[in-house]
Amino acid sequence: MVQYTNANLDASFAALSDVTRRGVLEQLGRAEASITDLAGKFNMTLTGMKKHVGVLEQAGLVITQKVGRVRTCKLGPDRLEEATAWLGKYRQLWADRFDELDRVIEDLKQREKFNGRRKSE
Amino acid sequence: MDAGKASEHEPMKNHATVERKSERELVVTRTFDAPARIVFEAWTKPDLFKRWWEVKSMGMSLRSCEMDVRVGGGYRLVFNNGMAFFGKYIEVTPPSRLVWTNDEGGGGGPVTTVTFEEKGGKTLLVMHELYPSKEALDAAGTGALEGMSELFGQLDELLVSL
Repeated sequence: MVQYTNANLDASFAALSDVTRRGVLEQLGRAEASITDLAGKFNMTLTGMKKHVGVLEQAGLVITQKVGRVRTCKLGPDRLEEATAWLGKYRQLWADRFDELDRVIEDLKQREKFNGRRKSE
Repeated sequence: MDAGKASEHEPMKNHATVERKSERELVVTRTFDAPARIVFEAWTKPDLFKRWWEVKSMGMSLRSCEMDVRVGGGYRLVFNNGMAFFGKYIEVTPPSRLVWTNDEGGGGGPVTTVTFEEKGGKTLLVMHELYPSKEALDAAGTGALEGMSELFGQLDELLVSL
């Protein structure tokens, strides 16, 4: 789960409260895109899309870079936090599984001990 | 469960480590206090596997668990929410090595290699997931879309209630 710093929280909420802006984030989650690409995808004027991207950029959710005449948009560094959070979740998943596996293994060891005793009798 | 019993026998807790080893690789390691053949058995018998693979603490239980553990044999795990995981075993070398594919995601799934290395009655388990590309691991990892739609879902609820 994405963790937002308090300073960013209001801006993030405002940015995410719009369905087009959420769509833009999902789109940029798949690939970088220019403002022109995004305007086309969302059937919107360039000016309208620029505004949306501006809001996302202010919230730190998107960063843009102008190369020549094209402004390219991609997801902002918050994605890094998301990645870190995910790795933490993944670690927790395996820690939980392996704790349970310890119990299964303990049962198997007990069974083996019991069978070993039976064989030697 | 019999957590009490397990801890009695295991005063030392073993820790799992997770590392993104390269752009395409995730590695999980953990030591188990048992010989490799026992750990291997718990990974290859469906009734045993089911007991620990489902994560009850996270509300994940398995509806079904089919495993045909031999080279070329398939497996299929279905969780109670309907999510299915399936693939094929590529290598089965008791009690030291298991390799399988993860095919539920189309071509983007990793190949999972699990090695069981026995030392002094304990087993070092290394689970290695190799993704076909950095992008595939990123996609699985950050769960970009999944994570976001989860967040958006919560936001939607919140915004409706405001």
